Amino acid sequence: MIDKFVRSMADAMEGIADGSTVLVGGFGSVGQPDALIDGLIESGAKDLTIVANNAGAGRVGLAKLLELRRVRRIICSFPRSAGSVVFEELYANGEIELEIVPQGTLAERLRAAGAGIPAFFTPTAAGTQLAEGKETRVIDGREYVLEKWLPGDVALIEAWQADRWGNLTYRSSGRNFNAVMAMAATTTVAQTQHVVDLGAIDPEAVATPGIFTSRVIHVPYGDPEI
Amino acid sequence: MSDTAAAFKALNRDEMANRLAQDIPEGWYVNLGIGAPTKVADFIPADREVVIHSENGILGMGPAPAKDQVDPWIINAGKQHVTLKPGGSYFDHATSFAMIRGGHIDLCVLGAYEVAENGDIANWATSATESAPAVGGAMDLAAGAKRIWVLMQHTTKQGEARLVESCSYPLTAAGVVKRIYTDLAVIDVTEEGFSVVEMIPGLTREELQARSGARLRFDRLNTAG
Repeated sequence: MIDKFVRSMADAMEGIADGSTVLVGGFGSVGQPDALIDGLIESGAKDLTIVANNAGAGRVGLAKLLELRRVRRIICSFPRSAGSVVFEELYANGEIELEIVPQGTLAERLRAAGAGIPAFFTPTAAGTQLAEGKETRVIDGREYVLEKWLPGDVALIEAWQADRWGNLTYRSSGRNFNAVMAMAATTTVAQTQHVVDLGAIDPEAVATPGIFTSRVIHVPYGDPEI
Repeated sequence: MSDTAAAFKALNRDEMANRLAQDIPEGWYVNLGIGAPTKVADFIPADREVVIHSENGILGMGPAPAKDQVDPWIINAGKQHVTLKPGGSYFDHATSFAMIRGGHIDLCVLGAYEVAENGDIANWATSATESAPAVGGAMDLAAGAKRIWVLMQHTTKQGEARLVESCSYPLTAAGVVKRIYTDLAVIDVTEEGFSVVEMIPGLTREELQARSGARLRFDRLNTAG
């Protein structure tokens, strides 16, 4: 019987090695896998590359992981936001590497990794400093920038419902990067608000088919912070 | 500001957003950048169906909810709480940016630091060496939407021109801006450079030119209104 549910956070974090590339879902606090981030902190894994849209806020969650000096490099589109004090401090002191990626390019690099496409040409950033040093090509009269896929060793995502095959749904705008990152990692770990029986999710409504999900842990923690 | 006997009154932010909103036709799919452009949604005439896109995965975005009706799961790209209109939908980030780069978004309204007469836009970083720059979805939107309109003050607070011959700040995208709505005028970006199509009452061509860093053309100026 296939059962992707794990009972403990230690089981959810099993095998996350030092030096891993970890994809962290969510956009702001919506869809952010807070419990799994705490689990990652607890696991002790270090020298990490974190891929996330934002670089954490306050001194909890992703910001805490950064503050503990466990992240060598962060790849994101919008590191600077209300309360991103820890990141800005580390960055100013040269204690963290930053790769800034346009949000759509970030999403597409993840999608490409999940879809087995090693690189693609995009119009985004053509003619800007974010394209410096990158291969460009004129296709049908317009300039495009070559971008490579961005595979993760691990993806940490937050779902709304999950069944034991790892079929997932998301809540409202909580789908964001979660569904994309689920495809892009060797091991995808989902925390879910609700556990449902196999067959209970309308097949038409499955947003992430179970093939992309490695482990699921039930974390009914409630709504994102307002 | 200290013009002696200034005969014109610059538009305020709401009036600017309102002016732009009048030009969005029914049926367009529109992305509104964070900051001032977000306000445009409040001024789209109620009898006009315009579908608002938010890059974090929403089509059919509605206005901010009443304080006691906040759904914490629905936020916009600026991470403010919003609502979903009937007919709205949610999707993931890759699909959302496919809509943008794939040319499915009819219009994106962006704020800007500078727009150049060839349509270059600078709106994401104020220097090449800025600490911890943050680009978000600006470059994807600027490069991908079918048309880019800019909503911005005509000059900086210090009175420096934002309409320029070439941008001094790092570019967001090259040659994409089609139209600019400022507190003083509506200006098209054409093959021949900036072309003023509308000015606020009481403002002279000379006064507008003096506040601009590149040559303005007035041959398409609509004087009827």
